Amino acid sequence: MLFGRVVGTVVCTEKVPAWRGQRLLMVTTTDPAGTPVGGRPFAAIDLVSAAPGQLVFVVRGREAAVALDNPENPADAAIVGLVDDVHLAPAGEGA
Amino acid sequence: MFLARVTGDVVATVKHPHLAGRKLLLVTPEPTPGRAPLPAVIAVDSVDAGVGDRVLVADEGNTAAQVLGMPRGPVRTIIVGIVDAVDGPEPPPRRRRTGP
Repeated sequence: MLFGRVVGTVVCTEKVPAWRGQRLLMVTTTDPAGTPVGGRPFAAIDLVSAAPGQLVFVVRGREAAVALDNPENPADAAIVGLVDDVHLAPAGEGA
Repeated sequence: MFLARVTGDVVATVKHPHLAGRKLLLVTPEPTPGRAPLPAVIAVDSVDAGVGDRVLVADEGNTAAQVLGMPRGPVRTIIVGIVDAVDGPEPPPRRRRTGP
């Protein structure tokens, strides 16, 4: 799972039936501190009522689709948690 | 699977029900000499690892489901072992390009 920052919302009236009622948000990947690390922002299904500006974590790949009640859907990214806090090991320990 | 170091932990009150009660750790893949370092990712802990531990991490959904003993869910990165030692050759250094 990756850290991300919600940078926008996506509205689609017409979409794949399996996504009916799901919210789509634009997310940019970040480091654990929430600083964007570059790369294109991507659209992700929001399962935790995230809001723009929030630090979240995202699962990508097939596991994103499995996060929905009906796993037969084409999602490749899903927001599965809101980050409250990240405790980093002091420099030297861990890294 | 890859070797990584536990470099932190992540606190999230609001998360997918599949992740309820799971410990989430920050794991930084071990660097390969000559290659750009890989970013830290969030992994579910299944072996009671802690910050500073050298661990074995799997990044595949079916693996995660089996280890957790649950049907498939939105989890693919999971810590499956705490590494005591790794024996064998060091990875070869990347060949340096010579001349223009």
